Amino acid sequence: MNAIAIAAIGIFIFLLGYRFYSKFVAEKIFRLDPDYVTPAHRFKDGVDFVPTNKFVLWGHHFTSVAGAAPILGPAIAVYWGWLPAVLWVVLGTVFAAGVHDFGTLVLSVRNKGQSIGTLADKLVGQRAKILFLFIILILVLMVNAVFAWVIANLFITFPSSVLPVFIQIPLAIWIGHAVYKKNVKMLVPSLIALAVMYAVAILAAQVDFLQIDLVGYMGGEEGAGLFGLGAVSSAFFIWILVLMGYVYIASTLPVWKLLQPRDFINSHQLVVGLAILYLGLLFTNPEITAPITNPNADDVSWFPLLFITIACGAISGFHGLVSSGTSSKQLDKETDARFVGYLGAVGEGILALVAIIAVITLFPTKEDFLATYSNFQEASAGGLGAFVQGASQLATGLGIPAEIAATIVSIIVVSFAATTLDTSVRLMRYIIAELGSEYNVPALTKTHVATTIAVVSSAALVLIPEGPQGFGSGGYLLWPLFGTSNQLLAGISLLLISVWLKKLGRNYLITLIPMIFLLFMTLYAMVQQVLFEWAWWGDQPSSLLFIFGAIIMGFAIWIVITALSALADTKQTIDPIE
Amino acid sequence: MMLDKVKALIAYYEEVLSMPHRQEIAREHRDEDDLFLLLLYSEMIGIPNPVYYYTLELYPYMIEKFHDWHLRMGMEKSPMSGIRCC
Repeated sequence: MNAIAIAAIGIFIFLLGYRFYSKFVAEKIFRLDPDYVTPAHRFKDGVDFVPTNKFVLWGHHFTSVAGAAPILGPAIAVYWGWLPAVLWVVLGTVFAAGVHDFGTLVLSVRNKGQSIGTLADKLVGQRAKILFLFIILILVLMVNAVFAWVIANLFITFPSSVLPVFIQIPLAIWIGHAVYKKNVKMLVPSLIALAVMYAVAILAAQVDFLQIDLVGYMGGEEGAGLFGLGAVSSAFFIWILVLMGYVYIASTLPVWKLLQPRDFINSHQLVVGLAILYLGLLFTNPEITAPITNPNADDVSWFPLLFITIACGAISGFHGLVSSGTSSKQLDKETDARFVGYLGAVGEGILALVAIIAVITLFPTKEDFLATYSNFQEASAGGLGAFVQGASQLATGLGIPAEIAATIVSIIVVSFAATTLDTSVRLMRYIIAELGSEYNVPALTKTHVATTIAVVSSAALVLIPEGPQGFGSGGYLLWPLFGTSNQLLAGISLLLISVWLKKLGRNYLITLIPMIFLLFMTLYAMVQQVLFEWAWWGDQPSSLLFIFGAIIMGFAIWIVITALSALADTKQTIDPIE
Repeated sequence: MMLDKVKALIAYYEEVLSMPHRQEIAREHRDEDDLFLLLLYSEMIGIPNPVYYYTLELYPYMIEKFHDWHLRMGMEKSPMSGIRCC
């Protein structure tokens, strides 16, 4: 099967979804009103509430939600063959993610631009708000652990990416300084920074001593590392410590110093990455060598694990935070919500789709694919590496040498992951502080106490060794837990939208069905994993995964109960003409 | 024609990039204004102005800014005998 055809069909369905389904949802269900005074106009303050052109707002929304997650999930999920992954990404985006992102945006716009957390309190009650806080807490904890693992993993697999990634830090600080202190326009400095990074990447890909290869320094994979550990484990340990030290500093700095300028560079990288992948796809015109469905995948069933392995890219609760946090305050006209929210989700779907294509066209034959994706564990550990190589193979179609392309693609993924890590450690710090003030523990509200707790707990989670291979071997095991907590967050948002639609007396099936689907899949997966795999009587006992899985399962049950009671209690109370 | 389109595209791209930046600048400005107004009017709304109490403690933090300020205001030497920055 030809890969261009898959991409074309996928994008065509996305466009159909936008043209017809989102139009139906926007006009018939939400009944958007072009004359409604949006919060951006009503509370216009020039800071948070600013009416913004829909194209600009979409660009900002898309660059805020797209990251490393829609790449990693699909790269693992192709283990079950390409068809299930493609179907879930395409249909999930059209029927779940689009409606979710669009719905949270409209819900927030119709409620003074308030965020999901506040709306949970307002629409369902205090319990829902606390539930929401805890789910976010566990989600950011998972994000910290998983993304630290992702970065360390890429640093070890592609040592040439280390230097360019670290060069990004002083460059970002320089941009921050130029833009905020000297008032220089940011386009040029950020493009210069990107050029410097990629120049260093090209050098590092070809000059050995510019590659920070910790494993190599310790005598290769068989070499001895620190404290009697193997070389790979030691390298992983060192990278995690370095990363955690870095995020500690990065997340306590003001956002304009490092985080924002790095985002400017990352926006370019998103454009560069998508351009390389899609143009490369057009020029190389590769054949898909991966199987449609994997006949050997009998260790872990695709049902229901596929639906939590691909979270971002099909549906992600994190988008609701962006929709209701910033985008809703800047929406010029209510009818723009369809363009910004729905197409924002489609943008991420397009990224996930090409991530799948990069992996399924990488291998020369089906046998090679099956050898690399030999079991779910291998798929989880090696998926990201396969994506980087697949993407660099596509890039060769543009005349970029594979070595250099691999370095650049791994830099792009690491940059996304690092920004996510930085943001989520920051978020975790705020949540710990909020819980501290809620429960009267003033020590927790101190920046450095909260950050230390956030960083140490994340490091502990990712460093806990799984099995005999030592540090770093088990990081990918957390991925399904990350997916699950992200889906639960989406579940809460969908519940809030359903409750709101019911209060308006509208048909709320369009959000209720994805919600039931998501909650069913996450509960099913957690029961299966927690009770039959990770419990001490299960197949692969692991007390750490068991505890976290059990907590998430508890939350899932809690949401189901909250949903049932909230929807049962809700009556049409809002005057639709309001 | 083509050039105009490219220019429009670059302008669009720059606007997308600078959105959070504009917001952050505006926020910093607003925070400064809020603090300024609070210091001006705090006593009118019944809040004792902390500036009087803490001036001595603020001294090390503001001495450099104060120095820059009186230079900008066209005074070569510190106009206040209590603050001797130069």
